[in-house]
Amino acid sequence: MTRRLSRAWSVLALPIISIVLSVIVGSLVIIFSQWLVTGELNPGLALDAYGALVSGSVGSERAIVNTLDNTMPLLLGGLAVGLGFKAGLFNIGVQGQFLMGALGSVIVGVQLSDSPVIVAVPVSLAAGMIFGAAWGFIPGFLKAVSGAHEVVTTIMLNFVAIAILAAAVSGPLNVIGSASPQTLPVGNASLPVILGRNGTIAIIYAPIMAVLYGFLLFRTTRGFEIRIAGASPDAARYAGMSPRHLIIWTMTVSGMLGGMAGATDLLGATHTMTTTYSTTVGFDAIAVALLGRTSPLGIVLAALLFGAMRTGASAMQIQAGVPADLVGVLQATILFFLVVSPVIKRIFRLKGAKTGLEDSATTFTATYGGEATIR
Amino acid sequence: MDPFQFFYSLPVIGLVFELIGYLIHILPVIAPIVMKASVPIGFAALCGVMCERSGVVNIGIEGTMLVAAFVGWTAGVYLQPVLGSTVGPVFGVTPTLLAALILAVLAGVAVSFVHAWLSISVRADQIISGTIINIAAFGITGYLISLLSINSPEGAGQFKAWTPPQAITDLPGVGWLFDMIFGQGPITISLIVIVIVFQIFLFRTRWGLRSRAVGEHPRAAETVGIDVIRLRYRNVMLGGVLAGLGGAFLSMEATAAFQPGMTVGDGFIGLAAMIVGRWTPVGAFGAALLFASTVGISQSILIAPPSGQLGEILISLPPQSFDALPYLVTIIILAGVVGRSIPPAADGQPYEREAAT
Repeated sequence: MTRRLSRAWSVLALPIISIVLSVIVGSLVIIFSQWLVTGELNPGLALDAYGALVSGSVGSERAIVNTLDNTMPLLLGGLAVGLGFKAGLFNIGVQGQFLMGALGSVIVGVQLSDSPVIVAVPVSLAAGMIFGAAWGFIPGFLKAVSGAHEVVTTIMLNFVAIAILAAAVSGPLNVIGSASPQTLPVGNASLPVILGRNGTIAIIYAPIMAVLYGFLLFRTTRGFEIRIAGASPDAARYAGMSPRHLIIWTMTVSGMLGGMAGATDLLGATHTMTTTYSTTVGFDAIAVALLGRTSPLGIVLAALLFGAMRTGASAMQIQAGVPADLVGVLQATILFFLVVSPVIKRIFRLKGAKTGLEDSATTFTATYGGEATIR
Repeated sequence: MDPFQFFYSLPVIGLVFELIGYLIHILPVIAPIVMKASVPIGFAALCGVMCERSGVVNIGIEGTMLVAAFVGWTAGVYLQPVLGSTVGPVFGVTPTLLAALILAVLAGVAVSFVHAWLSISVRADQIISGTIINIAAFGITGYLISLLSINSPEGAGQFKAWTPPQAITDLPGVGWLFDMIFGQGPITISLIVIVIVFQIFLFRTRWGLRSRAVGEHPRAAETVGIDVIRLRYRNVMLGGVLAGLGGAFLSMEATAAFQPGMTVGDGFIGLAAMIVGRWTPVGAFGAALLFASTVGISQSILIAPPSGQLGEILISLPPQSFDALPYLVTIIILAGVVGRSIPPAADGQPYEREAAT
């Protein structure tokens, strides 16, 4: 029993310490920024803000359903980033894959808005996944063929995705006669509600994807290859695997998950698209994958945490007057403390604690900037 | 009149000639726009060269610039009532602007210090460290700007462009070049100076040799008595000065306001420019100009499209395709050039001193 506990602690210690420290830093930021702007020093404000954050995210049945709704795209995005991490690839392009996925699902969803739900929903969702996969394939292909590092290409593709989305919504998808460019609603392609007022079936299929993610990585040959390639590309090549093939495959599947996240948001929450359709999921997903240590269960828990923070943020802004952008600060500080884990381990005397990124993280820096290790 | 007139009638190839003719025609007009657009990309690229030549990968340039842009603008807001706005002799400089510029640069150094600490001392993964800096910069500036804008504060204005004497800018053939370089604000002009000085320092001084040695083979550098850790710290923070200038340009020279996320990927395009420019200051700046030229060209097409068949095609494209142009060009050039462009050997590898025995 004690051994199990100490194992659980070695896994959970760093994430928990990071979260606690970031809450402390967050309250300092709240108090001092308010003091600088308004000239009033009000230490209670931090408590008010966090109180509103908690009650706005888990304080009522409705809030919990909203939190679950917000969690699912984050979960899928986190899986997308996590899969890349496992293979030693840093997919910062989830943002773009999300937008392309949403675009794909709205294009098909509008066409199928009068079709039976049983057809419209899966087909629209699949369209989003295909768009996302295509958007993930491009950087994978470029890296495999020319060595262009995915960190730069995926970010460029994020901006290209924004432009494509705006062009499509204000062009072919635009409803004639609307005040500002906007697509038709997706109608029957909207995700069916199964829980409370707006809890969609994403609450079922996104966790299933997390299970599949775990199955892929730890129970299949492909998953084994991915993990080996992430830990040591040279070893993978030596064992006869094709790193190029793995890079393309992983980026495509990662993009598919990102696209699914976008489709989930569009079909489940907004139901229509404007030119300003945007998201924070892309960046949040990186935090989710890192905090969740790229493990399926970890990503689910981290996504729940960030989903709750995003949901509670608007309540915090309204009730305590603290801008919702604070969530971004909290996320960044959580990540910061995770990264300085060697220092934290020393301070808190945690010898056995793990961050979970020890093996694969070095690979993307190793392949950075050219020739790389892809041969 | 047009020497290429004959070729225009050819199919497809005609279009290419038409495009070339159009580009030559608009070059003097768009040159100042291109120059301005190249400043944030150029500073980011120089920052990248500075860091990576000594072996530290810096993905966080984007965030560093964003913080500097924010600090520059905010310092202007707060210092304006104290330092006043007596306009100086050149560049529309005021004491407030000058102080704000210094603070912006210091902010860039401070952010770079965090990156240096994470990647050199903590020996964290440098790409993750940089990404965290980007996320943190986006978050904290977004948070603070929404807090600040409740009072809708007045900024301290912006640096003005210098007007070079007409005798120079009217010179036939090259006059537009002088206008492009000198008809600019102080940060833009400083970029050109820094590119040249940096190139000379990197390849002609002891500091440059040592920096390159530390980036190529830190162990060997250490054995001849170079303090690898200290030199890397110093260079990453010098890179912060450059990124700080790039950020200050955005909120104090190009515009007089701060917008959340106003760097719009310039930091990353800068990294691509660095790779295309083969990790040399002059090459990186040249690549930055190339990337920036897409901005000038797309603006020119929107305002004064070429006539004829080419113009019809370009006008029929959705306007957003021109927004995507810089990013597309970056991807294409990057995919074409890396593999043939070799980074410093120890780029991205944390350095661990051998234990003294």
